[in-house]
Formats: sequence, C-alpha cells, structure tokens
Amino acid sequence: MTEREIMQQVEAHLGSKVLATYEFRGQCAVTVAPGTLRELLTWLRDDPNTELAWLLDVGGVDYLGYPGDDEREWRFEVVYQLYSMSKNHRFRVKVAVQETALEVPSVWDLWGIANWMEREVWDLYGIKFTGHPNLRRIMCHDDFEGHALRKDYPINKRQRLTVPAENILCESVEIA
Amino acid sequence: MSDATHLSPIPTDLLTLNIGPSHPATHGTLRIQVQLDGETIVNAGCEIGYLHRGYEKQCETVYYQLVIPFAERLNYMGPVHNSNAWCHACELMLGIEVPVRAQALRVITSEMARIIDHCVCIGTNLVDIGALTNFWYMYNYREKIYDLYEELCGARMMVNYPRIGGVSLDAPDGWLEKCLTIIDEMQEAVGDVRALVERNRIFMDRTIGVGRITRELALSHGVTGPCLRAAGIGHDLRKTQPYWGYEKYSFEIPVAEGGDTYDRTVVRFQEMYESCKIIKQAIASIPGGPVMVDNHLVALPPKDKVYNTMEGLINHFKLVMHGIQPPRGEIYSATESGNGEIGFYIVSDGGPVPWRVRIRPPCFANYSLFPKIIKGQMVADAVAALGSINIIAGELDR
Amino acid sequence: MGLEAQIESPFITTRLDEVINWGRAYSLWPMPFGTACCAIEFMGVVSGRFDVSRFGAELVRFSPRQADLMLVMGTITQKMAPVLKQIYDQMPEPKWVISMGACASSGGFYDNYSVVQGIDELIPVDVYVAGCPPRPENVLGAVVKIQEKIAHEKVASWR
Repeated sequence: MTEREIMQQVEAHLGSKVLATYEFRGQCAVTVAPGTLRELLTWLRDDPNTELAWLLDVGGVDYLGYPGDDEREWRFEVVYQLYSMSKNHRFRVKVAVQETALEVPSVWDLWGIANWMEREVWDLYGIKFTGHPNLRRIMCHDDFEGHALRKDYPINKRQRLTVPAENILCESVEIA
Repeated sequence: MSDATHLSPIPTDLLTLNIGPSHPATHGTLRIQVQLDGETIVNAGCEIGYLHRGYEKQCETVYYQLVIPFAERLNYMGPVHNSNAWCHACELMLGIEVPVRAQALRVITSEMARIIDHCVCIGTNLVDIGALTNFWYMYNYREKIYDLYEELCGARMMVNYPRIGGVSLDAPDGWLEKCLTIIDEMQEAVGDVRALVERNRIFMDRTIGVGRITRELALSHGVTGPCLRAAGIGHDLRKTQPYWGYEKYSFEIPVAEGGDTYDRTVVRFQEMYESCKIIKQAIASIPGGPVMVDNHLVALPPKDKVYNTMEGLINHFKLVMHGIQPPRGEIYSATESGNGEIGFYIVSDGGPVPWRVRIRPPCFANYSLFPKIIKGQMVADAVAALGSINIIAGELDR
Repeated sequence: MGLEAQIESPFITTRLDEVINWGRAYSLWPMPFGTACCAIEFMGVVSGRFDVSRFGAELVRFSPRQADLMLVMGTITQKMAPVLKQIYDQMPEPKWVISMGACASSGGFYDNYSVVQGIDELIPVDVYVAGCPPRPENVLGAVVKIQEKIAHEKVASWR
C-alpha cells in the first residue's frame, strides 16, 4: 500500500478523530489527539492491510514560533515512525500535545522500545507519558532544570553537575 | 565427625557492582549497574547520556550543509555513512536526484565505513574476551582504508566528503584500482581473523548462548542491523528499500538463528565479505560523469564561473550566506548503517536552518534491551555481550 | 651493553633530577579517558602503524591508581564532568594530563547546554592537542612534549 492509501484508511476508520493529515514527498502522516493514540496504533498494527507492527522511533517536536503556522492549535507533537516488515511500507503518526495538557499515554507495553524513547521525550520536552513505569531523565543529568530541546530553552544555558547519580537500578529488568 | 550436617549456607547479600562510565569494556561512556548473587546477575540497569552533546539542538542553529560534520560524528566508527545519510535525507526533502557517479562513490565510501565499523567492533569485542592479536590485525587493515579515505577526501576519519546534491570531490586517478587491491587484502585479513576465532574452542565457549536476543525481543524493541539479522530476521534496508543504486548490486544478507554473541560476530564477518563484493561491483560499474547535481540552488558553481561571471559570484554568495532552503515540510529518511537503521526526521520551515532534526540512532534500540539479555548470566558474559552489540556512544547519546 | 663498553668504570655520575625524569618520561603509563571519536584515533596511535610503544607509553592502564598520564579524548559533557574529576583525583602524583582534540580542549564545535567548554574548567592540563580528531602524529607529538616537560622538572618541587 502507498502511504496515501494508509492515510485514507485511517481517515475512514477514525473519522473526525483525525485532527490533521499531512503529505510531503510521498510520505504521509496523521495527527490525532492523545486519547486516540493507543487505539490508532493498535489498529494499525493489527489491521491486515496495514500490519504496521514495528515501532521504530518516538520523537518530539516543538512548534513554538514556527513561521506561517496559523491553523495549528497545539505547541508540541510527539511523532511515531512505524514500519511494516511484511508489507514493506512506512507510516507516521503524530500526537498533538497542548502546552496546558502535557500528557500522552505510554505505549511501552506494546513496544519495548517506547520505554527509553518516551523517557527521552520527557527529558528533552517535558511531555509526561502516563503509565510509564520509569519516567526519569535519560540524556541530561538528574539535577537538570528545564527541558533542553524546547524552543524557549537557550542553547548556551549550561547547568553543572557536581556529584554523579548513585543508584540507577530499577525493581526489575522489565522496566529498566 | 560429620561436618556436612552442620554446614549451613553462608548468608549473602546481593552485591551491587558499578561498571563504567570510565571502564575499558564499556567502549566509551556507558554505565551499567548490576546486582550480583555470587557472579550471576539478578538485576541490571543501564544509564546513558554521558556523551549527550546536544546534537539535535545544535542542528537547529546551523545551515543544512553545516550539519554534515555534525552528522559524521554520530557513528564515529564509520563516519562517512552518517553524512551520506544526512545528504540523502536533504535530497529527499529537496526532491533532487544525485548523479549516478556520485551514488556509486557514496556506495563505495559507505561500504568501506561498514567494513571499518565491523573491524573495530569485532576487534574490541575480542580484546574484552581476551584475544588481543585480532585487534592488531583488524586495525592494520583499517589503517589501509584510512589511507584510501585520505587520498579521496583529504582526511582520515572525519572526511566531510558528501554534499547535498552529490559528493564534493571526484575520485583521483588510480584510486579505484587501489581500492580493489586493498579490498582483496581486506578479505585476507578477515580470513586470518576468522581462522583464529571462528572455530576456536575458547571463543565458542565464551560466546555461544551469551546475550541471546530472541526474535520477539528484537521485534518489540525495534532492533535493526546485525543484531536483528543474528536473531533470525533477514531485514536489510539496502534490499527492502534500496537507495543509491543498491538494487543493481548482487549481495547476500547473512542471517543467523541463535541471536547470541557468537552469531552476531559471525554475521559481522560475513557482512564484511558482502561489503567487499558490493565495492567491487560498484567499482566495475561506475560510470563517468559529474559528481554533483546541476542545480544552482544546491550546488556551488565551479570556481572559474565564480571568478569570471557575475551570476557565478552571486550564486556562490547566496549559497554560502543564505544556505540551501528546502520547502516547508517534514520527511523521515532511513539508511542501513553498520549498526542498523539510522533515520533522520527533518522538519523544515522553508528557511536555511532546519526547524527540527530528530536522529533515530540504531544503538538506542539495540542497547535498550541490554539489561534483559544479561539477566541470569555472569558478569564476564555481560562484558562479552556488550562488545558484540556495538554500542557507539556518539550515536546513542547524540 | 653499549654504555658499559664505552666507559671504563661501571659507575656513571649524574644528577638525581636527570635520572628520575629520565625514568618518568620514558615509561609513561597512560590512562585513556576516552569518550568519543578521539578515542578511536588513539586506538590507531596504540596500534601497529603509529606505535606509541616506541615512546615507552605503551602500557595503557585503565585504572587511575596505576597510571600517570591521563589522556582525555573526546567530548566531556556535564554528566561526565564529576566522573572525570573523580578519576583525576584518584591518580597518584606525579601525573600529567593531555587534552586530546578540540572537544576536550575547548568544547569543540558543541557550544550548547550539555558540553563542558574545555576540561581545563575541571582539571589542570599540561598539553593541548588540536584537531578534530588530531592525527596520530599529533598525539605522538604531544607525548614527546610531555617528555620534554618532564625533563625540566625538579624533584624538590614535588614535595
């Protein structure tokens, strides 16, 4: 299937829950609200036409100050890159996150890779993932204040760490 | 006297052992804490971020063409591939096609990057296990490939070779023939190391069954590259979604079934042979022609036009001062590096500076399941398994 | 041996400083504190072509207690800074530090929130090596400079 066909199927399935669709250079994406995320990802994984069973990447984007951006009502997006090994096609799902409601349901139980990737989005953007077992900073040190990749965090603002973290173990390796 | 009836087990607490971040076996800046019951690991945790250099934020402040040196320092074992992949992503965004000669040169340099990446991975993994000789053998031939890079690009490691729209320099006379000679020597060297290692009793005892990544774990954690192929899934982007003319070359995808350290090493050996095959085919079929696309919005004009014509001068000025300006949009572009799928998700606002660059590192996914694969094994096995996953902190932490 | 064949008596006189500095300079035990790309070039320095064992510094010790020359190779981030300081403090005197590469000397081209702009914010540095990454010959030149620096030291000043 081409990505446009996948996008049309998603629109047909979700109807008004799709906030925006996007197409550029043959790649397509849909934007949904956080509440629809798990439903959409499980449907894309299980539907026999799409079979997008592989989550490759979870990343965040901050659109504060994006030029010419009148119709966007949200500041952040969390972007999920999906791939289907059986059908050899890709798709992208974006979740619109408001600045006043920085929460997205976690998908760590569906895909193990989401564990660390969501931690990174939390660390660098400050978006909380509800249901995540171990939401700690992963890139910046634990004493870091603020979220580094936001557009209003100045790039040169350095924060010194004086003592390294003592214990990094979790209760079990499943959530580590 | 029957002491045996009076013996009771010695009460032991679990010992928490910290490995890294400054440790010979952690290959850079990784930190692992393990809880040991004797020598067996019952709980493990990993910490990363010790080499977090703020790539993604830094890329939001420089022009697209200036991201090329940043991209190179991601996977510093085989640097050229990352910048080739970045230029590929920008070209996808711009919607331009690179000339065939440039594609072949990109294939040759990327496959050489894959060979040297595997050289270091296998060499250092064997050093951790205790076999030092192979490290010298592999490094010897790595230096020869560095000589090739130096002749082509001017630098040994961080070559800054590709450009958006092609590559910066054409191959000098005789370079392609030298490549062929050195690739043949490479196969001899790899053959030497394989002879020392592959059927070696000690190596097999230390690595078979160690750090096993099962199929399910690999699929759920987005593992790509040799770790995935060693787990039994023959997925390679060069075959499934080919780029740079890979569909013309015939090569195999080595797949193993066990998913343990031994299989990953064997898969890497075989991949080096396949890369040599690809380089030979690329050299045999490389056409003549330009190495840079003929598009004044992207390619710097030749120097005689810059000095002698007004249009050339203005074109050069605009490209250097105002940069390359892709249209507003976002794309995700993925290529197969030595470690797996390296992806760039670029959001552009129509200006010369990217709005957002998200780098999808292959090591991140591969390393996130490390605590799970070492649980129940011994500390020495953890070290052996770590070396075989090929964690490169520059890519992992960005 | 060569020296004994050239002089008649089995004793030579020299100064204490000379002998101690000769011993220290030509048997440096490096501690590679490698974080990033420069560590890979250092592996090239240690391997066969650019042999650092010609200069006596071949025995890399990964334990700071057993080393006297620390080579900081690669970017030091804010998270890694206390680790660097701790390892430096654990090294016994006399000790020297080579800052290899642009990132260790000044932060390199990473001028952002997470990179320490030069390790001399944390520890004293003896020789800086420029390059990104420096060629192996540059690193060998730095080792030679450390040897020259050691040759001028006085034992009395180590008190």
